[in-house]
Amino acid sequence: MDHIQMQMLRDIQKLEFTAIELTLYLDTHPDEQAPLNDYNKTAEKLDSLKMLYEKTYGPLMAYGFSSSPCPWRWIEGPWPWEITL
Amino acid sequence: MWLYEKILEYPVRVYKTDLRMAKYLMAQYGGPDSELSAGVRYLTQRYSMPTNRAKGLLTDIGTEELAHWEIIGTMIYKLIKDATPEQLRQEDLGGYFTEHGQAIYPADASGIPWTAAYIQATGDPVTDLHEDMAAEQKARTTYEHLIRLTDDPGIKDALRFLREREVVHFQRFGEELNRVQEELIANKVF
Ligand SMILES: [Fe+2]
Repeated sequence: MDHIQMQMLRDIQKLEFTAIELTLYLDTHPDEQAPLNDYNKTAEKLDSLKMLYEKTYGPLMAYGFSSSPCPWRWIEGPWPWEITL
Repeated sequence: MWLYEKILEYPVRVYKTDLRMAKYLMAQYGGPDSELSAGVRYLTQRYSMPTNRAKGLLTDIGTEELAHWEIIGTMIYKLIKDATPEQLRQEDLGGYFTEHGQAIYPADASGIPWTAAYIQATGDPVTDLHEDMAAEQKARTTYEHLIRLTDDPGIKDALRFLREREVVHFQRFGEELNRVQEELIANKVF
């Protein structure tokens, strides 16, 4: 795994964390506009960053959520628990 | 349906073998107050929750707990993967090695396998949400104990992240408990 891939994973991790935190907050505060705007903005950024990542490094998700060239890239390592950088 | 994403929720920067710490971390992997207990507890209780908010919250926190379970599993995996059977024996993990080799099996720090007896689902939302809040506090305490047992900056960093998540979960459960109680009083369904 090269440094660019690592950096992109970190950036996705950070945005996903923001999305997780906002999801839980919105679950108990569904009527608040400001966190909802943040959530929608985060989702948009996450979408484009993941698309960029997957183009070079393969799918982050299977089950039809992203496409794959041949051979099937989903099973390429390293798996999350094997990343050593 | 659940979707797996090929990324950890938080990076695990562990580079050394440390069997003693791996053993202690089993508490959060397969112990009574582990991430596994948390995930199974919330994803079980959600069916009988009275509000959509509570169903959503338990689904989302339960799912996040499974991501935490993966973080702990990753830490243990990295801490034991390069160990020899002799090193495992010296750290009193000979019995573990006999039964599980270097697999990451859900048992607690003393080797006791995980059991559903660690969790409860009563069908009473007030009772269940109280259990959930207590569970978050117990997990927070366990993380504080674990942080005091290591000097490794990478392990400490990940454990601090996980500890903080328990605090947030406790807060969210508390908010939902208040709303459920208000609604139960308003509807007098008890
Ligand atoms: Fe939690």
